[in-house]
Amino acid sequence: MDFSDIQTVEHDVLVVGAGGAGIRAAVECAQNGLNTGMISKSLLGKAHTVMAEGGVAAAMGNVDSRDNWKIHFRDTMRGGKFLNQWRMAELHAKQAPERVRELEEWGAVFDRTENGLINQRNFGGHRYPRLAHVGDRTGLEILRTLQDFCIHKGIHTHMECTGLDLVLDNGRVAGLVGYWRETGRFILFKAKAVIFATGGGGKAWRITSNSWEYSGDGLGMAYRAGAELIDMEFTQFHPTGMVWPPSVRGILVTEGVRGDGGILKNSDGKRFMFDYIPKIFASETADTVEEANLWLSGDRDARRPPELLTRDVVARAIKAEVEAGRGSPNGGVFLDIASQQSAEFIKRKLPSMYHQFKELAVIDITEVPMEVGPTLHYFMGGIRVDSNSQETNIPGLFACGECAGGMHGANRLGGNSLSDLLVFGKLAGDGVTNYINNLSNKPQINNLKIKEIITSATDILNRDEGINPFVLHEKLQETMQKYVGIVRTGDELQLGLEKLEKIKEDVGRVYAHASPQYNPGWNEALDLKNLMVTAEAVTKAAFLREESRGAHTRLDFEGESEEGMKYNVVIRNTSSGMVAEKRHREEPPKELSDIAFATLSELEGESSGS
Amino acid sequence: MDRKFKVWRGNKKSGEFISYSVAVEQGMVVLDAVHRIQTEHASDLAVRWNCKAGKCGSCSVEINGKPKLACMTRLNDYREDEEITIQPIKAFPIIKDLVADFSWNYEQNKRIQPLKIRARDKDGNHRMFQRDVERIQEFRKCIECFLCQDVCHVLRDHNKKDKFIGPRFMIRLASLEMHPLDEADRIPAIKEEFGAGMCNITRCCTDVCPEHIQITDNGIIPLKERVVDKYYDPVMWLYRKIFKRN
Repeated sequence: MDFSDIQTVEHDVLVVGAGGAGIRAAVECAQNGLNTGMISKSLLGKAHTVMAEGGVAAAMGNVDSRDNWKIHFRDTMRGGKFLNQWRMAELHAKQAPERVRELEEWGAVFDRTENGLINQRNFGGHRYPRLAHVGDRTGLEILRTLQDFCIHKGIHTHMECTGLDLVLDNGRVAGLVGYWRETGRFILFKAKAVIFATGGGGKAWRITSNSWEYSGDGLGMAYRAGAELIDMEFTQFHPTGMVWPPSVRGILVTEGVRGDGGILKNSDGKRFMFDYIPKIFASETADTVEEANLWLSGDRDARRPPELLTRDVVARAIKAEVEAGRGSPNGGVFLDIASQQSAEFIKRKLPSMYHQFKELAVIDITEVPMEVGPTLHYFMGGIRVDSNSQETNIPGLFACGECAGGMHGANRLGGNSLSDLLVFGKLAGDGVTNYINNLSNKPQINNLKIKEIITSATDILNRDEGINPFVLHEKLQETMQKYVGIVRTGDELQLGLEKLEKIKEDVGRVYAHASPQYNPGWNEALDLKNLMVTAEAVTKAAFLREESRGAHTRLDFEGESEEGMKYNVVIRNTSSGMVAEKRHREEPPKELSDIAFATLSELEGESSGS
Repeated sequence: MDRKFKVWRGNKKSGEFISYSVAVEQGMVVLDAVHRIQTEHASDLAVRWNCKAGKCGSCSVEINGKPKLACMTRLNDYREDEEITIQPIKAFPIIKDLVADFSWNYEQNKRIQPLKIRARDKDGNHRMFQRDVERIQEFRKCIECFLCQDVCHVLRDHNKKDKFIGPRFMIRLASLEMHPLDEADRIPAIKEEFGAGMCNITRCCTDVCPEHIQITDNGIIPLKERVVDKYYDPVMWLYRKIFKRN
């Protein structure tokens, strides 16, 4: 093959990924006058953003006027165990309300308050009702709104086109090589800048709420090109995934069920979350059923029920109950909203949960409790970016949304991902615009690199025999599930790393037969390379952090250590392979640490927005 | 337990049904079976899917001749000894195996004039009431699985894609026309360009909608009524004639 003949398309900027973050970034680039390309592995509008159910967090104060950006910021930092990038959490809390209003301007139709404003619901870790929502299908509403808006912005959208690797010119971005799913042909995108908005890598685990697309593509491509990853040890296990039937294990059950009154019970019928309230949240959490019920009935002075503690706390509590032999028949616990709300209320506020259980588990959630258990849901960690511009340590490479790290620290609050992708999608677009406007000369494409990328992809098809990529993927998932789960130990992580080394060797020998045209076996084999980077990065980072903080729990190092707050784990690609190292955190700006450590009464009632 | 499946394999030029047998477990859906076939027998078997929870609308296929989402169709909906036939959507061209080419639909969406929302209130908010937004929220539940486009007689049997935009986009239009704060008028386009008159209300689209949207009754019929009001109401016709309004 003559590699100079490869199909070539030129854009100012190429956005990789067309979920919420990718489209929002592309819209910003296009509105700033850039020639903008966007590729997506799936068809437009199918990205995993549709699975976000509960809502988008923004301190608009529509339901409780005491809310403002400072309290949202404080909640986010406390939820993240103070490991978040301070400036990112600040920008996020300040800008989220305007991003949500802007979406409404573009066509999103959120549920309303009695006064006709955007309604906001309660969610774990958020002090006030803060999540703008549309029943339990908020992600779909946001993605569809962005999709319908972006098609009129002159963005060049290339659907079912997957990125393989970046092409650099003297260390800065020059383009990216990808392939068309339909034909299996390769394509070179020449671009002055690239934005990764590729989501996380949950498909490295067996029980996950993530779809096949979540193979850590951005993480893998960025890492191979020399970008740093950060906070990779923090993988969020959502406390409530379906556990039965087996084929749907892991599918998300929205936190909105608990936000709207759902309670967690063990096999003794006991509401067990009262036994798992951490000290840091004790003063703000109800400690009796009576107070929890008062809160649900709208008493503003009552404290929040313990079911709405942060996700890491609830996920660990469920695991502990199951291990103590108090689990449900299929290895979860009971999530009960039937006894708390009317059937009419449940069907109106949680329609897709109602249908999901009715159709997949043949269970009516308005009558009986659901069985739920933890499921790998979200990556707090990701590509390390500058807080203001979203640029990585590679000039011209930007990242936003789930594939970028730093915003959420050790644990993400529900609802903060939809706001994250809107706020940082826009900021990435602005960051790119600024970068391109200051670029003095155009990057050049290196043909050798293109040849290397393509050969590595076609090798999989050209072998006479090899390993089945689907089977190898299952092996990887079992390994991560077993050795890098909710609760970790140094020994298990070490053992996991050894297993991963073997799987990595096998990834070099995967084989897919037949032609490259719409060939899932080949596509899977290509994804495995990125899943491997993801899995190894998580495991190495988890091994290095010898403490328990947020979503990262080490049985051999219980509790938070004082040192643990002073560094982030950074993953780097070196000549001797992948290295995890501790990167010292700078002192926080005083005005921000004052807010994060303030009491609520000091912050309530201040005006919202930036 | 093993089950038999007949899966369409081929591309836009040619193809055939091939039988596979795989082990199935309790609670499995058709998409699980397709994945098992991929793993055990045919790693190059093409199928689209994403969320596996009925929320993204990617895995639309025809199962025993009926348009369905493969991820929401349980195997125990069919008799144990029944061979389940899986084939791609018929109303659109085939790309490969179970994957159809939906690009026509993406082109249609671009023809629709987007929301033209009135200015915000002085405090920076828009005000709408729940009872007023509920009817368009129904349309906005659409996951773009295009099953309604697949069964629409105008598109499927008569292939009049140049005359009718199809049920999916009729409800997209309805969600804009009935938006409380929208200031655009799409009724002329709905009549002339998008072919509202082509629909003869057989309600096949409504029957297959996995989101249970009342596409015909709540979406298409009200739009047809608005067209009638604008163009065929004798009082309005006279009014326009006299005052020379369009």
